[in-house]
Amino acid sequence: MNSITRFILTDLLRNKFILVYTLGLAALSWSIFALEDNSTKGILSLLNIILLITPLVSVLFSTIYIYNSAEFIELLLSQPIRRSRIWNSLFVSLLLSFTASFIIAAGIPIILFVDTNTALVMLLSGVFISAIFVSLAFLCSIVTRDKARGIGLAVMSWLYTTLLFDTLVLFLLFQFADYPIEGLVAGLTISNPVDLSRILILLQLDTSALMGYTGAIFNQFIGNTAGMVIAIAVLSIWWLVPYYTSLRKFNRKDL
Amino acid sequence: MIELNDVHKSFGKLNVLNGVSTRLEAGECIALIGPNGCGKTTLIKSILGMVIPQKGDIRFQGESIRDAIEYRSKIGYMPQIGVYPENMNIEQVFDTIRSLRPTGQNTDTDLYEAYRLETMLQKKMRTLSGGTTQKVSAALAFLFSPDVLILDEPTAGLDPVAANVLKDKIIAERKRGKLILITSHLLDELDELITRVIYMQDGRIAFHKSADEMRSESGEQRISKTLLRVLNQQGYE
Repeated sequence: MNSITRFILTDLLRNKFILVYTLGLAALSWSIFALEDNSTKGILSLLNIILLITPLVSVLFSTIYIYNSAEFIELLLSQPIRRSRIWNSLFVSLLLSFTASFIIAAGIPIILFVDTNTALVMLLSGVFISAIFVSLAFLCSIVTRDKARGIGLAVMSWLYTTLLFDTLVLFLLFQFADYPIEGLVAGLTISNPVDLSRILILLQLDTSALMGYTGAIFNQFIGNTAGMVIAIAVLSIWWLVPYYTSLRKFNRKDL
Repeated sequence: MIELNDVHKSFGKLNVLNGVSTRLEAGECIALIGPNGCGKTTLIKSILGMVIPQKGDIRFQGESIRDAIEYRSKIGYMPQIGVYPENMNIEQVFDTIRSLRPTGQNTDTDLYEAYRLETMLQKKMRTLSGGTTQKVSAALAFLFSPDVLILDEPTAGLDPVAANVLKDKIIAERKRGKLILITSHLLDELDELITRVIYMQDGRIAFHKSADEMRSESGEQRISKTLLRVLNQQGYE
């Protein structure tokens, strides 16, 4: 780990907000499993928390943190080091703090209360979702110099992936109910990291039988090993592409 | 030491630098002045490689700075407003910046000692006053005894004693053959420091003269008065 990464990571670990987020997530996860005697219900409750709160906190905090580091980034740039090293360090530090927060806060109760396979899928999803939204934060904050606009973009990216996208898919389903569009909808759905994670976890549970024909299609789509590979590939693209786009912009940016 | 050749930079439709050409030589203390928005900060950032000009060439000791990073180990930069990660203490900031420099580079702790920073090493950056943060920035800029010092409004926010310490340090470093580039609006306090003046207007260098030349042309002893007079003569208000 290079010195800049270590420095930023230390700053983040001492940040009260990250501490409150970790403690809050831990309290929620533990209490959900402690209160529900049915572990499937617990998983479903926790699922919604992972898929709503984790992305919002990751994207919002990271965006604000990057904007607040602007002057420090300038100072680092006046040192004899490459631009990409600064941006990479910032990314790795934010990535590590959010994935670590998730694993410590939600991961431990998940491992303790959930069967191994489902727990692994949940952990993987949670880690990927944290990483993807940190990566999106880098894209949002490089697109515009204006902090308010950048934060707006971050919130929009969260709103779109968690809420608006589902509405769009539902709308498609109802409008074209007479046509065989299940394949298209399944394809669309797995292109969204939040929906993809939700389906990955749901397919681990018996409740996926309740999803009827669509459930069967998803099961056929991503219920096997090849499907899992595709799912991880999609999540990795969402994780890496926004960051690399931002890195390329940062290398040519006027600060 | 630093050569600028027809440097152009525009942000969108706004032309910030319109063909800046000049030479900055070692052993000089140069004041970069001009009205707000005349391109001073952009010029400084271009030299530091933070802003990439569309056209023109900047050379540092004869070598183009485009895509170069090594030359920055010979520059000390003090920003106008220093903002540091808030949960870190002074010691960690110094350690980190030190680790980014080539090992074995000389360190100059004069300012670090004069400002007694060693007595507050454990203080978090968040808790520091604006003036103390400026002291940290100044000590960091001078820390590696760089050949070139770029100081953006260095004395803004410093108390008179600290500002005097900094001024004495600037004079001492110039006498050692360093190049010092200062931007400031406080003309009065530049008087004792500077040997040359660059006046920028609308993204161009309106004039670049030595301080003695300006004094003899106007007959005034103080640069600040001279400057106002020259500006009036040239029709810059």
